[in-house]
Amino acid sequence: MKPKDLRTELLPVWCTGCGDFGVLKGLTQALSDLEIAPEKLAVISGIGCSSRLPGYVKAYSFNTIHGRALPIASGLKTARPELTTVVVGGDGDGFSIGLGHLPHAIRRDINLTYIVMDNGIYGLTKGQASPTTELESKRTRGLAGGDEQPLNPVLLVLSAGCGFVARTHAGNMPHMREMMKQAIEYPGFSFVHVLAGCVTYQPRNYSDQLLQRSYELPAEYDKSDLGAAITAVRDGRFALGVIYKRPLEEVAATAGATADEDWTPPDAVLKQDLPTE
Amino acid sequence: MKKVIVGNHAVSWGVSLARAEVIAAYPITPQTQIVEELAEMCDDGRLAAKFIKVESEHSAMAACIGASATGVRAFTATSSQGLLLMHELLHWAGLGRLPIVMADINRAVAPGWNIWTDQNDTLAQRDTGWVQLYCENNQEVLDTTIQAFALAEKLSLPVMIVLDAFFLSHTSEPVDIPSPAEVDAFLPRRDAALKLDTRDPHAFGALTTPAVYMEMRKRQQEAFDQVPETLRLIDADWDRRFGRSWGAVESYRTSDADTVLVTSGTITSTARYVINERRERGEKVGLVKIKMFRPFPTEPLRRALAGIPKVAVLDRNISPGHGGIFAEELRSALYDLPSARRPRVDGYVLGLGGRDVTPEVIGECLDATRGNDSSANAREDLWVGVKP
Repeated sequence: MKPKDLRTELLPVWCTGCGDFGVLKGLTQALSDLEIAPEKLAVISGIGCSSRLPGYVKAYSFNTIHGRALPIASGLKTARPELTTVVVGGDGDGFSIGLGHLPHAIRRDINLTYIVMDNGIYGLTKGQASPTTELESKRTRGLAGGDEQPLNPVLLVLSAGCGFVARTHAGNMPHMREMMKQAIEYPGFSFVHVLAGCVTYQPRNYSDQLLQRSYELPAEYDKSDLGAAITAVRDGRFALGVIYKRPLEEVAATAGATADEDWTPPDAVLKQDLPTE
Repeated sequence: MKKVIVGNHAVSWGVSLARAEVIAAYPITPQTQIVEELAEMCDDGRLAAKFIKVESEHSAMAACIGASATGVRAFTATSSQGLLLMHELLHWAGLGRLPIVMADINRAVAPGWNIWTDQNDTLAQRDTGWVQLYCENNQEVLDTTIQAFALAEKLSLPVMIVLDAFFLSHTSEPVDIPSPAEVDAFLPRRDAALKLDTRDPHAFGALTTPAVYMEMRKRQQEAFDQVPETLRLIDADWDRRFGRSWGAVESYRTSDADTVLVTSGTITSTARYVINERRERGEKVGLVKIKMFRPFPTEPLRRALAGIPKVAVLDRNISPGHGGIFAEELRSALYDLPSARRPRVDGYVLGLGGRDVTPEVIGECLDATRGNDSSANAREDLWVGVKP
């Protein structure tokens, strides 16, 4: 199955040059590499430009409520554990209205892959500051919330105990493909932070600026070291690569509740002998 | 000063003239322009209010509750899903007797996603303890926004100003904007009888046992009972100062009518056009506009409709399993009229999710009601223009 076989006929409504095109491509490439068939795939989103993505992927796609993609995906994955479940969205959906759900999805460690396309702006409502808009950018452009500190989402998911954390750039296709593949393969909750440009409400060279502040983690970087991961995401630059991956023997010990992939509702519940008294 | 502005900016102007002190908001289409304009006014100093850019509508209403409890004038705006997310807080503002003013742009609820107008978002909040005022044009929006603060603060009740997505929110009309001095004379600074005050400490929201809870709700009901008369006086005062009044219910060419349309929101303007056309042809038809939905204007509607044989209610909303909401509430309001003076009330469900309600569509409803001589109410509301 080729990546394009995972695309629907719908043409994306994103602006020409939007980083979300890259994410769509990277995701279908990763799914193709992993040979995940459309009928074994669910793609869930909330609201925002990037949350349109599920409609463009051949899968059980669900464009849900603003900020609620994670709990909805948790319910879906619990009922149908055999489906590969990918949650997608933006920085507004994930880090603003829906942020309260993120640490709890991480704590529950249900096997979801959460891909956030972070363009540092509310695009769908036409250019308000998001929780990740930089202070200087807000001040020079006079956006409301100019005195609010931006959020460091990767530090946040690390401190909440996320077992797989990666960062990539929407313009770097091979890297994005690899990060998404590893995230989907990881057997617990995985988080991929995608640095994405917004050609309409961010400066024209915003995507390049993100890239200039980025660097790939070196080969000798120990991704099983949580302390090193926390240090790596606190220096104002964007470390790209797998920032943290909990060793799989630890995952097996903690992710027991979600590992029951043979469970199906009709067999497990409808055919169960219920106690009679 | 006359200005050509969209409905959203009519709200913004009203809020700034009312000198709101704390504004908390989260963007949502088609409301965003309201708070963007207010954010700019706060940013460039035209309005000395504090603007909080919150992370969700739930937080927007929570912030308004906190601000209003200290005695300041608080405002927010939202639409559709945003209003639904606020639901828990709406009860809090309502029963907390906090005179918050909010504008809601009527937008259909999901799924599937739809940004166009219908009234289900606000009507789903009818029992949360908010006064609801539905507007027809941008001048009414501006006037009602300012009046809403006066009404809210007089009775310690939150007030929701409601306008149709796009047909009002994004449509430009000339609006007469009163001067700040004129509005200041109409609407003095808020003087909260009860507020968070460190010199006179009170506890708010504490456990309220069965022994006292019911009395608290009764007082809320009594405050709602005072809304019609209070709004009438506020509107009359406005009329004296600015030469305009709107009323909770408006009758239009109904005096000798045999059939009357009942409408709310922007459908009213289209319906006026239809009534005028029919009158020219000699048909005895009229219109009643319901502006105030909560409290429901039972007495004014009885006065407006008693003795009229046939009434057609145009509902841009639906209560699944019951029917059009204005029609159902109107039937209930008219039930006590003597049977000889009680109109037959036909309900029409139309325009959901922003579907156009054209003069032709309204004409069909009018014809169907006029042409039906049955004396019994229809058992079900009719869905207009639905494809098979």
